[in-house]
Amino acid sequence: MRPFTYERATTPAEAAAAAAHTQGARFIAGGTNLLDLMKLQIETPPHLIDVNGLGLDNIEATEDGGLRIGALVSNTNLAADPRVRRDYGLLARALLAGASGQLRNKATTAGNLLQRTRCPYFYDTAQPCNKRQPGSGCAAIGGFTRQLGVIGTSDACIATHPSDMAVALRALDATVETVRADGATRSIPMADFHRLPGDTPHVETALETGELITSVVLPKPLGGRHIYRKVRDRASYAFALVSVGAVLQPDGTGRVALGGVAHKPWRGEAAESEMPRGANAVVGQLLAGARPTRENAFKITLVERTLASILVEAKG
Amino acid sequence: MKFDSAATTNPIDRLKVIGQPLDRIDGPLKTTGKAPYAYERHDIVADPAYGHVIGATIAKGRITAMDLSAAERAPGVLAVVTARNAGVLKKGNYNTAHLLGGPDIQHYHQAVALVVAESFEQARAAAHLVRIDYKAEPGRFDLHAAKGSATAPEPSDLTGPIDTHVGDFPRAFAQAAVRLDETYTTPDQSHAMMEPHATLASWEGDSLTVWTSNQMVAWSTGELATTLGIPPEKVRLISPYIGGGFGSKLFLRADVVLAALGARAAGRPVKVALQRPLIANNTTHRPATIQRVRLGAERDGTITAIGHESWSGDLEGGGPETAVGQTRLLYAGANRMTSMRLAVLDLPEGNAMRAPGEAPGLMALEIAMDEMAEKLGIDPVEFRIRNDTQVDPEHPERPFSARPFVQCLRLGAERFGWDRRNARPGQIRDGRWLIGLGMAAGFRNNLLAKSGARVRLDNLGVVTVETDMTDIGTGSYTIIAQTAAEMMGVPMEQVRVVLGDSSFPVSAGSGGQWGAASSTAGVYAACVKLREEVARKLSLNSADAEFVDGEVRVGNRSIRLQAAAAEGDLVAEDRMEYGDITEKMQQSTFAGHFVEVAVDSATGESRIRRMLAVCAAGRILNPKSARSQVIGAMTMGAGAALMEELAVDTRRGFFVNHDLVGYEVPVHADIPHQEVVFLDETDPMSTPLKAKGVGELGICGVGAAVANAIYNATGVRVRDYPITLDKHLDRLPDVA
Ligand SMILES: Cc1cc2nc3c(=O)[nH]c(=O)nc-3n(C[C@H](O)[C@H](O)[C@H](O)COP(=O)(O)OP(=O)(O)OC[C@H]3O[C@@H](n4cnc5c(N)ncnc54)[C@H](O)[C@@H]3O)c2cc1C
Ligand code: SF4
Repeated sequence: MRPFTYERATTPAEAAAAAAHTQGARFIAGGTNLLDLMKLQIETPPHLIDVNGLGLDNIEATEDGGLRIGALVSNTNLAADPRVRRDYGLLARALLAGASGQLRNKATTAGNLLQRTRCPYFYDTAQPCNKRQPGSGCAAIGGFTRQLGVIGTSDACIATHPSDMAVALRALDATVETVRADGATRSIPMADFHRLPGDTPHVETALETGELITSVVLPKPLGGRHIYRKVRDRASYAFALVSVGAVLQPDGTGRVALGGVAHKPWRGEAAESEMPRGANAVVGQLLAGARPTRENAFKITLVERTLASILVEAKG
Repeated sequence: MKFDSAATTNPIDRLKVIGQPLDRIDGPLKTTGKAPYAYERHDIVADPAYGHVIGATIAKGRITAMDLSAAERAPGVLAVVTARNAGVLKKGNYNTAHLLGGPDIQHYHQAVALVVAESFEQARAAAHLVRIDYKAEPGRFDLHAAKGSATAPEPSDLTGPIDTHVGDFPRAFAQAAVRLDETYTTPDQSHAMMEPHATLASWEGDSLTVWTSNQMVAWSTGELATTLGIPPEKVRLISPYIGGGFGSKLFLRADVVLAALGARAAGRPVKVALQRPLIANNTTHRPATIQRVRLGAERDGTITAIGHESWSGDLEGGGPETAVGQTRLLYAGANRMTSMRLAVLDLPEGNAMRAPGEAPGLMALEIAMDEMAEKLGIDPVEFRIRNDTQVDPEHPERPFSARPFVQCLRLGAERFGWDRRNARPGQIRDGRWLIGLGMAAGFRNNLLAKSGARVRLDNLGVVTVETDMTDIGTGSYTIIAQTAAEMMGVPMEQVRVVLGDSSFPVSAGSGGQWGAASSTAGVYAACVKLREEVARKLSLNSADAEFVDGEVRVGNRSIRLQAAAAEGDLVAEDRMEYGDITEKMQQSTFAGHFVEVAVDSATGESRIRRMLAVCAAGRILNPKSARSQVIGAMTMGAGAALMEELAVDTRRGFFVNHDLVGYEVPVHADIPHQEVVFLDETDPMSTPLKAKGVGELGICGVGAAVANAIYNATGVRVRDYPITLDKHLDRLPDVA
């Protein structure tokens, strides 16, 4: 860990302004990801801006029947909120499938969205990694890739985004609200929030330097059955090999988003029109153009079988 | 004391304390956080300096340049130790690669420097300022590719014979009515114990004291002296509490050597804990194996030919994983062969991990037995029983000292409800889950090692036991106290046990499941001597004296025990040694493992529902701590079956998933229900306590029992561990 300076911000605008002030500054929320990365010198921010005192830890109803979730709401509190449990079961289930109770107590909504990949080569600073050190190469390609991405990958990076929560937010069409250094605010749809790696895998989201997430907004409830299936080698406390989040309506239509397959939560609205024809048809479209490695090609079959099983469960 | 004939009745057989399910006497210290582990000896050194280890970032090659200047100038830095400035270092007998590498690099994350600073954070930050240039050389990192180049290793005490042949295996196998010839693979595994390797080192003149976390105090004291080139009597090693070892702390490792060198360079005490991301590649691991098992049998299930070959790899000068050992002893069969071959690999060095040899060996053999039973159309329990042997099948003149193997299997089958198993796989469903039952034999030899102890009686009647024995979370403190309490006729509260100090009598240490039986036998020997001292002091005939309830009784005379120490402490020291009793008879421990699994019919995820082990390991000294050992080992066996694997990057030559996110071990949710039954057994050929080891038996066979249960659930046979979902997904029945 490099020595760093630290400040506590008191308003969102002040935090964003402070971030623009020092190059490489980072916000710190729960710290459950950032501190680990700093200890290993994968991230070396010279300055931390603590955003825990911004008052962004409430969940409020929006005018159009949705929910506004403060950026600092903990994963535990979000999963336990009665409105979330009732109307956005997918989100509650995805959250509870992630990490452990202790971590969820600290982890925040914004921090969870911005957690970084679990590619093992990203974590070993002796290995080339375009995401950690742009232009250094990618040690994972041709190496141990079982956990890594199968679609939307590039020759520069095949990592996945590890969040469970983000998969649910993508399926629910959430938007991310932010404030920038100049005080301007904007809303970014989840579809546009995370980026594909392309030639710049170190640029992971649409956020600009110093841009602060203030909240995540859920549109009004969709109804239907909410099912989140996280597939993993051990029963708990493990990142997904793949995860499938689905909201299914009685008429056979529905939505589906995937985790563990790409650099972002993976969803294809067009593929969803195939839902009445079954998992095979949906996944055929959703993962068309996938470029798996020999070690992770099983993920394609796995997604399809998992979705098929979810469709059976939804009918039952 | 020498043990060379069957134990007769002795004070242990009273079973007032021995055999009771007592709580661990160190339990309250552990649960309140008061047990001082090596890295927490603030009581001894209030203000140590901190060392941060730098590991090599190539697998093989040379350091071409090293620039320490920025690190040396960094805030708080006291010293940077490297092979260039550390002075002459020798290599000990138990490590294959040097513990401080450079300029030659023998494996990834081999330690190449230690940065010592005032604070942990300063040491860590400065470590990132050390610049090292390497010239990498090509290496051999792929066991499968290197298999063809494997040769017969040199036999040693640890390996036993490399090849064995009995009868005419090729012919018997060729002529067998039913044959099986399959190859199984097990991966490299990491011990993944909670407490990292950690040491606090302090010099006084030319004398060195290290507080460390080590299973084998005497070995490692000697190895440290050898490595540093100083006389052994100048080294004191103290290791009273160990947060898990599983074999990873049997030997001297880099933390100890670097802490000692760092303390010398900094001129003050230094503590070092190996950083978690270094542990998988810097320390030892269980080597991967490729195993071929051939079985030939008559139609009635009599095995006529049994062959087991194993290939593993290690650094030049290392040893094989002895995966064929159990096959020499477990089943009858007139024609037999085993062999081990070793390939040179430039991966980190392999060595012992809980039940080395048997753990991976049974993972292969016991799937093969399941497959053969199916071919024969015989129940897997019955097939094993039919091929039981009461003698060493390679040396029929050697009987087993005790072998209630069949009882383990029969009782296990009954308790588990084995008769409810459907022999046709893939038939049982519970919602979306496919349900299967599987079983396997457990087998682990009982190893005994000479072990000493000193016991002291004071005028308050307190008995203090001192031995360099270690407690790696196993319960040594407690069973040693039980032994002394039983022998001296005092309650547990009157016994103090002090362990893990090289200034104490040398014990067997903790490894190879030899610790419990061997160390308590040493305490027994010392207590026999102390009883004689007491009797002499009280002018009693020691042969007639009964030690009970804090008194010594002869006829109707009874004297308080502490009276013997009225004029000063009575001290006795002895050790237990063994004659050729283990050569004349084979001593082993046995188990029947039974497992129920559920496999998600869609995703192929395998989840254990319940596990049962029925174990025979001689007298159980403390059923509570023994049970803990067995359920812990069963958990580890479940991990081996389902998830544990060090992923090898065969281009770059290292274990990629070198942290506890990447290297998954079971969590509570993976282990829902475990039951352990111990047969009520004594083995008088083992030690005067008639006890044997049990700490490794629990893992032996579990992996195969899980594998066989998965097969029973799915009808898909996976022979490549761990059995992760990707290995059977595309062969599972269609999702309904
Ligand atoms: C052992 C372990 C297991 C885990 N398992 C899972 C799992 O199974 N599934 C899963 O989904 N996750 C898992 N996680 C990840 C966990 O969910 C994240 O660490 C957590 O959500 C991060 O939240 P935080 O508040 O601690 O973020 P921090 O670590 O504080 O921050 C993370 C990043 O977000 C930025 N940031 C924080 N707040 C803001 C803001 N308001 N605006 C802009 N930027 C901000 C920070 O600058 C930093 O870059 C696991 C983590 C660990 C350590
Ligand atoms: S896949 Fe991406 S994160 Fe992993 S090593 Fe390659 S560039 Fe780095």
